[in-house]
Amino acid sequence: MKYAAKRLLTLILTMLVVSFLAFAAFSLISGNAAEIMLGTQATPERVAALEHELGLDRPLLVRYGAWLAGFFTGDLGVSYSYRQPVWELIGPKTAVTLWLSLLSFLLIVLVSIPLGVVCARYAGGALDGAHTAFNQFCMAVPSFFTGILLSWLFGIVLHWFTPGAFPGLARFGSAVKYLLFAAVAIAIPRIAMTVRMLRSTILSEMQKDYVRTAISRGNDRSGVLVRHVLKNALVPVVTFLAQTMAEIVAGSIVVEQVFGIPGLGRMLVVSIANRDYPVVQAIVVILAFWVVLSGTAADLINGRIDPRLRLGGET
Amino acid sequence: MKKRILALVLLVCVLSAALTGCGGGSKEDSPENRKTANELNVGIAQDLDDSLDPHKAVAAGTKEVMFNVFEGLVKPTPEGDLVPAIAETYTISDDHLTYTFHLRQGVKFHNGDTVTAEDVKYSIQRCADATETGVLQVAAFSAVTKLETPDESTVVITLAEPANEFLSYLTCAVLPADYDRQDTAPVGTGPFRFVSRTAQDSIVLERFDDYWGTPAQLSKVTFKIIENADTIMMSLQSGAVDLFAHLTITQAEQLGEGFTVAEGTMNLVQAMYLNNGEKPFDDVRVRQALCYAVDKQGVIDQAFDGYGSPIGSSMYPAFAKYFDPSLTDYYSHDTARAKALLAEAGYPDGFSMTITVPSNYQPHIDTAQVIAQQLKDIGVTAELQLVEWGTWLSDVYAGRQFQSTVIGVDASNMTARALLERFTSTASNDFINYENAEYDALFAQAQASYDDAVQTAIYKQMERNLTENAANVYIQDMADLVAVRKGLEGVRFYPIYVLDLSALRYAG
Amino acid sequence: MKKNPYLTAGCLLAGLLAAMIVLGFFWTPYDPTAMSAEKFLSPSLRHLMGTDNFGRDIFSRVMEGAGTTLLIAVATVAIGLAGGILIGALTGYFGGLADEILMRLGDVLTAFPSILLALVIISLVGPGKTYNVVLSLGLVFIPSFARVTRTAYAAVREANYVKIAQLMGVPKARILLVHILPNTASTLLPAITIGFNNAVLAEASMSYLGIGVTPPDASLGYMLSEAQGMFTRAPWYALCTGLVIVLLVFGVGLIGEGLQRRSGEVI
Repeated sequence: MKYAAKRLLTLILTMLVVSFLAFAAFSLISGNAAEIMLGTQATPERVAALEHELGLDRPLLVRYGAWLAGFFTGDLGVSYSYRQPVWELIGPKTAVTLWLSLLSFLLIVLVSIPLGVVCARYAGGALDGAHTAFNQFCMAVPSFFTGILLSWLFGIVLHWFTPGAFPGLARFGSAVKYLLFAAVAIAIPRIAMTVRMLRSTILSEMQKDYVRTAISRGNDRSGVLVRHVLKNALVPVVTFLAQTMAEIVAGSIVVEQVFGIPGLGRMLVVSIANRDYPVVQAIVVILAFWVVLSGTAADLINGRIDPRLRLGGET
Repeated sequence: MKKRILALVLLVCVLSAALTGCGGGSKEDSPENRKTANELNVGIAQDLDDSLDPHKAVAAGTKEVMFNVFEGLVKPTPEGDLVPAIAETYTISDDHLTYTFHLRQGVKFHNGDTVTAEDVKYSIQRCADATETGVLQVAAFSAVTKLETPDESTVVITLAEPANEFLSYLTCAVLPADYDRQDTAPVGTGPFRFVSRTAQDSIVLERFDDYWGTPAQLSKVTFKIIENADTIMMSLQSGAVDLFAHLTITQAEQLGEGFTVAEGTMNLVQAMYLNNGEKPFDDVRVRQALCYAVDKQGVIDQAFDGYGSPIGSSMYPAFAKYFDPSLTDYYSHDTARAKALLAEAGYPDGFSMTITVPSNYQPHIDTAQVIAQQLKDIGVTAELQLVEWGTWLSDVYAGRQFQSTVIGVDASNMTARALLERFTSTASNDFINYENAEYDALFAQAQASYDDAVQTAIYKQMERNLTENAANVYIQDMADLVAVRKGLEGVRFYPIYVLDLSALRYAG
Repeated sequence: MKKNPYLTAGCLLAGLLAAMIVLGFFWTPYDPTAMSAEKFLSPSLRHLMGTDNFGRDIFSRVMEGAGTTLLIAVATVAIGLAGGILIGALTGYFGGLADEILMRLGDVLTAFPSILLALVIISLVGPGKTYNVVLSLGLVFIPSFARVTRTAYAAVREANYVKIAQLMGVPKARILLVHILPNTASTLLPAITIGFNNAVLAEASMSYLGIGVTPPDASLGYMLSEAQGMFTRAPWYALCTGLVIVLLVFGVGLIGEGLQRRSGEVI
């Protein structure tokens, strides 16, 4: 339990640091927020008045405190361009991106773990070289290119879904079907990496004494692989998958654009270009929390798989 | 271990069952289903990412959509006339100073309230004063000396001096007086009422059943925002949207069966607008050199396959009364002359310049690319800078931080003034920093004259002034290609930049 | 040395593309921006990859665009490498509190996907400028290079040849750069190939999103976003452009694979 408490403490600290950094960075450059909002009608008096109204004339730490308190009560400020509360804008988008990420993650786990085990089992064979090359190839295809090809093939030619017409989460079944194609585009390179990772971890684990002993005692090779090796090989893989969770979010930024999915990624890109800092700031912090959270989750899971880690040794 | 794997498998099964099971009841968003439900999906290339308040909106794209939601005392027709809307009748006194409007009985706002004379007064007052943050001042209203409401349904407007075009400005949207959420939940009196806006995704309008006039045919219209020029084609072909306006010819040609392409004019003055206040464009010779260097017809042929009408000043052919065709060829394509002018201005080897273009408008990007190519011939290196629409609005239009930009400028109402006033040196929207004393004087003269013929003549002089001083490199009024799914009819073109949905319907 | 098919194939593929790109700096079959009336020609001997909506030769444009992409990737890796080696060498060699703090910070930073960080930085410095793309991507790659370098330096800190050099009074800077650096090549080289590929993909993604390189600086990412709008009319445009990215990254990826196998790090 102590281990978990320690991890959680680190988690909270990291989140505080990350969110403060993001907040400070965007505060530095968004000094002219009032000017942007006023546009042609920016007179010094009006700017000063609006800055006061928005609370931009308070010290940085005070603003950060207020913003953080707002973050947990759902008050993230008002978007400069939409003049709408930020949370109202990005709330529904967060859900969409969450589902897209989950789908991609499920795909990656369901495909790559069995595939990695199979690849390790038949390592060294004639297919091995071809597999490695194929693996490299999959990693080389940018996900937005896969996305273009998928939406053309399954959307325009086969009519399996209608690109550009995301049905919205209210129609959950159709939404998931739509997201699935985007998830495939995100997942392909990550599956290639995970398979490669799992394969090499298993192979190095197989060199260890306990495995050799088990096999020399006459145990079935595949059985040993699944019963003993996989469990131990999973520790680095879980860490890797946590990293994957973060990468998926990054992948979704681009792929959402290809498929026209109204998620956080598209909102982020447009808000960056429009310099709508309250929105950018909120999304960046949400994504940062997401990354840090999945890292902590991986540590906790690994702690369960391999109790030695809980003693606080080198990881 | 085994138990855990079993648990995992079970979890996945439950999840996938949940995933597939939930969607059973609802209908797919397909063209057929929409037809049955009498609904329409319209694609638009630009998010409505400014205020939805009609008195604050700057973007032509926002006004184009919200045209269906708001009305003024009078409203425009496709033929270019003004017809009474919220006003049922009006009278103008013989000295042209007093306008008396009798409001139509029982016109309802979308929130159910009845339109009163107070609301009309509030709306006009709001635009005249522009004290509220973001409200754009309507200069024409500064001539109003008195605004009276003798009873519930009468509004009397008194002007300081006669103004020929004053009535056109009364297309200004009438809003409920005591409502403060226009920014995000607008309320008007138009044939459609605003339902919702999802940023980056869609805007939903529904038929307003208590509309005073002929009700709209469609029950619901969803505007799908497809900013990425790349996915526009896909959205039409895949059935995601049924109608898309302002397509390029390349896009229209790819559509194939299943669509009719209606062709109208965009009613925009497309030009490479030059920042007259900044080097090197503060020199008239440089501007003229660019006008000689750019081959309008060449742009139209290269980027628009010949569709589009070349123009030579800030006026488009749909305003036939004001349009002066002789200006179109004022600068005939002449590279040698352009080079000579550049040399005279002190740039014998040309210079480098930046053309800022909003990234969501493919036609403008294409135009800019062709212009950049043509300018190479006179040694001018033009670099494109693609910016997001919001950035364009804040930097170029409001901030005037730019060298040149390719954009189409629309007329907010059906007057020459709407196009020409912006180049007077005191206009708040004179984003090219045009300062010309003669032009300012002409404008004042035009406003002072009540005789239509005289006024028209002065407006034409103003157009000529812009051309002679090469205020901008004028290109064309673009052809408006509207892709409409077969089976839909009722697309109407106006002499201004709007998308009227009220007459659209499914045939048969 | 054992036969290493990955290295050979990778060098061949990447070399071929690099030759084409370098050639593109000096000569292209057509002027990449010259427009003509021959729009949407399908690939032929005259136009290897056909023409686009302005009648421009796509092959010439791809050569030029790949050049931009390549230059950005190289510059990005150079920034990341220079910064990474500096930080990694110092912290790895000297250790101590600064090492602890910087590596913890690096842990946090590397946990973030590079494109996300690059987006944040570019939103701070301003989108749509080529040098800002290079700057933001370069900064993003520093922590990962620093970590690799640090591990390598920390490993040889106690090695005999370093100890001897220290005893002989060789200046520290010389030990760090002349004595140790060449020995880290086996770990750094594969890291460079991976970094290069990440840079190519990140640049392509950013330009595709419209906040990276913008015209007239053709880059493969932006061209691909252009090509998507003409997919039914000119599918070859998107396919050829995309394929060049894929092959470039694939080739360099194979080189990296080969290098790793040679140094025996991965089975």
